Amino acid sequence: MVDMPRTNPGAGITRPAGWAGIVADWSSDQRAFKNVSWGKAMMWIFLLSDTFIFSCFLLSYMTVRMSTVEPWPNPSEVFALTIGGRHIPLILIAIMTFILISSSGTMAMAVNFGYRRDRRRTAILMLATALLGATFVGMQAFEWSKLIAEGVRPWGNPWGAAQFGSSFFMITGFHGTHVTIGVIFLIIMARKVWRGDFDQERRGFFTSRKGNYEIVEITGLYWHFVDLVWVFIFALFYLW
Amino acid sequence: MSQVAPHIETQHHPIKLYLVVWGGLFVLSTCSYLVDYFGLVGYLRWSLILIFMVLKAGLIVAVFMHMAWERLALLYAILVPPTLVLIFVGIMTFESNYTLFSRLFFFVARP
Repeated sequence: MVDMPRTNPGAGITRPAGWAGIVADWSSDQRAFKNVSWGKAMMWIFLLSDTFIFSCFLLSYMTVRMSTVEPWPNPSEVFALTIGGRHIPLILIAIMTFILISSSGTMAMAVNFGYRRDRRRTAILMLATALLGATFVGMQAFEWSKLIAEGVRPWGNPWGAAQFGSSFFMITGFHGTHVTIGVIFLIIMARKVWRGDFDQERRGFFTSRKGNYEIVEITGLYWHFVDLVWVFIFALFYLW
Repeated sequence: MSQVAPHIETQHHPIKLYLVVWGGLFVLSTCSYLVDYFGLVGYLRWSLILIFMVLKAGLIVAVFMHMAWERLALLYAILVPPTLVLIFVGIMTFESNYTLFSRLFFFVARP
């Protein structure tokens, strides 16, 4: 396969700052995102489209919640747990939030070590991120089974508006799927880093192209996005 | 690869930065949890939840996703379109108020 041209049309070009620079970039030849690789630009554009998908879910949740005449179940009570004899509201979701934020922290450090070409630390931090992500999915599975056992269904629940169940399963289900895909993505990339694919310029299995450490940052973008979506779900679904 | 060479130079931040942001996200999450724990209600609750949410999202996008150091052409291309969702929020608020009105007016059993 023919290698990609190794020139970078954007490198070294100075642009005016601010809006003039944006206009210059967008009206220029060949590419708008001058010093951004295609892999990173495409991940950002994918994340933008994913933003709209989650926006639509949260908007439909908002619409059914605002228009229902039945009382909405109180999330603070629904997601409460009794730990050591104490009834603590929303504690499970709080723990899940902290786990996901921690996984974002380890991911950010993995990206940093990736650019320092520290193969070992990058792979270990990526695997730690994957482990935290898997823990999150595990807790979500626990949450789902607890709610299903209590009688929550997409078409009804014991506490009030039937739309609660459908919104809950749709939103958290899609988010959990994203986390699961992220964990798989992380494990695959951690294996490549560990094996030294990006130091030896080993060709990829699907693309036959040489990879580089930027893929760690691109994987990180996806992972941070999953955390970002959770920030909105936590605020709008669980705390509202 | 020369294609990413200029980029690599810009993404060398000290680990401390990430740890500070990580700590900040923990504090903000704790604050938003405490809003629920102490059972705050009304506009105070709404505004606190939304402020903490926006601050957390901003920290993640700016520092963890490196948006603060990206070229403006990419930054605006990615961050401006989602703000249009706010218009959609306005439309759906109007729509759900209308639906609620119809349900209350036509379908709820009157004495």
